[in-house]
Amino acid sequence: MAVLIDLVLMGMLAITALRVIFLKDLFAVVMLFSIYSFVSALIFVSLDAVDVAFTEAAVGAGISTVLMLGTLALTGRKEKESKHSSVLPLLVVTVTGAALVYGTLDMPPFGNPENPIHQHVAPRYIEESPKEVGLPNMVTSVLASYRGFDTLGETVVVFAAMIGVLTLLGVRRNEDDGAPESGLQSHRVLHVVAKVVIPYVILFALYVQFHGDFGPGGGFQAGVIAAAAMILYALVFGLPLAQRVISPKFLQILAPLGVLLYASVGLVSMLKGGNFLDYNRLAHDPLHGQHYGIIIIELGVGVTVFAVMLSIFYAFASQAERSNVQ
Amino acid sequence: MLVLDILSAILLLAGVFFGFTGAVGLFRFPDFFTRVHAASVTDSIASILILLGLLLQTQFDLNTAKLIFILLFLMITSPTASHALAKSARHGGLLSIPEADQKKESP
Repeated sequence: MAVLIDLVLMGMLAITALRVIFLKDLFAVVMLFSIYSFVSALIFVSLDAVDVAFTEAAVGAGISTVLMLGTLALTGRKEKESKHSSVLPLLVVTVTGAALVYGTLDMPPFGNPENPIHQHVAPRYIEESPKEVGLPNMVTSVLASYRGFDTLGETVVVFAAMIGVLTLLGVRRNEDDGAPESGLQSHRVLHVVAKVVIPYVILFALYVQFHGDFGPGGGFQAGVIAAAAMILYALVFGLPLAQRVISPKFLQILAPLGVLLYASVGLVSMLKGGNFLDYNRLAHDPLHGQHYGIIIIELGVGVTVFAVMLSIFYAFASQAERSNVQ
Repeated sequence: MLVLDILSAILLLAGVFFGFTGAVGLFRFPDFFTRVHAASVTDSIASILILLGLLLQTQFDLNTAKLIFILLFLMITSPTASHALAKSARHGGLLSIPEADQKKESP
């Protein structure tokens, strides 16, 4: 039964990918990408990787779809006809694909407990992390404690993405010259429902943020969910109102603040005589130190991801509004 | 327990049936509005039935509460999404088939 479900999901993934290649309408392509992300999230669930599935559903299917639609609003929805011959690219793709398929022949069989990945660090994490870190959700232990450096790097990458987007697109200054308020003015149903739903979405984001130690979730997912709530607000009630609630300036302070919060945990543990990001030193009891460290760095991740996602959306949306006015 | 299992199976099967009819309607109906109609109506009832069927499979603990929350959320958001879709199409100037026919005859 499980194999059947996997096969159906993989088949849907392949069909979606093929449709994406052959469609010329970029709007439909973006929606298909969203479906692709949802199907991969389902595959992750069936592989029991709930944390990854959660991230894929929130980031891949949620935020990135909105951001790509924002890009389409700037660029147009039809794919340009290519004037180059497609023989050479086809050749390159075929050779690369063949090399990759050839590479998979050397891979160990799927799901075999004898595989190297199940022999190396995984048993140690499973046996020692309840004693060393003491969190019920082992994924969070690995992500935030054992691989704290990697996660710091990921947070910095997210922050760098924001710097890149803001450098390219810039932030429009708040010029209150009576520009027509956008948003879906006549959609009364949407207004009412959004008002009802948004507080609960933010509440859920906080739950995901602080429950990440005990169940699937954590800073990345929580930041994206909170940003999605604000994006919904901006889409329904218009960008100017949303920017009055959370201004772009505030986000530009918030984003580095999260990274600094993360890194400062490392510095504090160094001051207390340990290594960088050595949470054991944060409290008298190493287990308590681990808990404090993980909660604080997850908060830093959540704050940065929220600020970055929202300000990238602001950058795209304010550009689109400006080009609409002209 | 057996009664609950049978009841839940009936609900799940009914949900699958409505979901399937919705998919058929999405492919077979002629224009945008009829398709949205087919998809949204059957989608709502299918998700309600499937979640009710799943509710009966739980041990009436935290999972039950989570499923009820999902049910409430879907009952609010799913019809709203369909409404927003149809209304945006309307604002964008999309006409239903009879209206388009009228327009063709009258000008």
